[in-house]
Amino acid sequence: MDQIAVHQDSATSRDWPVAIYRTLKSFGVAQVCYVPDAGHSELIKLSHADAGIKTTVLTTEEEGVALAAGAWLGGDCAVLLMQSSGVGNCVNMLSLMASCRFPLLTLVTMRGEWAEFNPWQIPMGRATPQAFEIMGTTVLRLENPDDAEEVISAAASLAYDGDQQVAVLISQRMIGRKKWTKETH
Amino acid sequence: MSATGTLDRRAAVKALLADRGDLLVISGLGSSSYDVFDAGEHPGNFYLWGAMGGAAMVGLGLALAQPKRPVLVVTGDGEQLMGIGSLLTIATKQPGNLSIAVLDNGHFGETGMQLSHSGLGAKLEVIASGAGIGNVSDIADMSGIENFRNSLRDLGGGPRLARIRIASGEVERALPPRDGTYLKNRFRGHLGFVVK
Repeated sequence: MDQIAVHQDSATSRDWPVAIYRTLKSFGVAQVCYVPDAGHSELIKLSHADAGIKTTVLTTEEEGVALAAGAWLGGDCAVLLMQSSGVGNCVNMLSLMASCRFPLLTLVTMRGEWAEFNPWQIPMGRATPQAFEIMGTTVLRLENPDDAEEVISAAASLAYDGDQQVAVLISQRMIGRKKWTKETH
Repeated sequence: MSATGTLDRRAAVKALLADRGDLLVISGLGSSSYDVFDAGEHPGNFYLWGAMGGAAMVGLGLALAQPKRPVLVVTGDGEQLMGIGSLLTIATKQPGNLSIAVLDNGHFGETGMQLSHSGLGAKLEVIASGAGIGNVSDIADMSGIENFRNSLRDLGGGPRLARIRIASGEVERALPPRDGTYLKNRFRGHLGFVVK
């Protein structure tokens, strides 16, 4: 009986991408763009499956910053999904958002901070909050799956109602250890 | 055809934007923004003063949000080269209402007229075609500009990219407003969105 309860708990915890998706829908998000990340794969699938969301795959993250500006000009709310290793690519393009006070909501899955085995991920992961902050982007953290709705909702209000640039850093602990076994390749 | 063009950039952009109707325009930083401004101030113009490499992507976000309005990005070869990957991204969405006019003088005009990759042999219309943009053209005269302009209102015909061969001579600066928040609110107001 206990075992079943534990199993259900972990199933609920794994549903945080659904909680994010529902929250974004409640804010009327009409465009989602992304550089793929395993941690975002569920949300990317949900977005592609939703005819009410125009979903765009990018070649590099700063494209998504510019796309979010154009979307807002045309009346759409956009969200940019990326991994922490892509944040440095966005720095100059963030000046577009600051200069025009364009809303930006970006959800960033973290690497290089929790049980990271790849040393190449660590420098950009460690610099991620500062890379946003030097450009005036507000950084919020999502550490606990149960907080997904509350944190994303706060970030979306700050972005779309407050005309701010907001990044939510999703803890690597929520995504779990990357398994480098034959089965996952 | 020689690599460098002869078209006067101001005359070319003026012709491109004549009788613009419901056309929405994004201009890339530098001379392209000056050209679009010189062709006539309009609340449906959004001038970039920075964000190099981002003009086509701003155009894509707008085109996806406003599928019933034709959207034209006017930018330079250097600006488009910095965001060259955006041509692949645009091709994945196939926005029929989005057109990109690259004013190609083969040089980085704002920074001392260094030769650009385009001036050194890259063919932007071929790159666009390889990226999956089906409707590409290489324009060297005013009749080509006229044909391209007439195609913009066909909302099913895009995405398009035209490489427009302009002369590399300097032209006088014509400076549009550079307050980004003003330009944003003016543009959104033009589309009927109330400034909160």
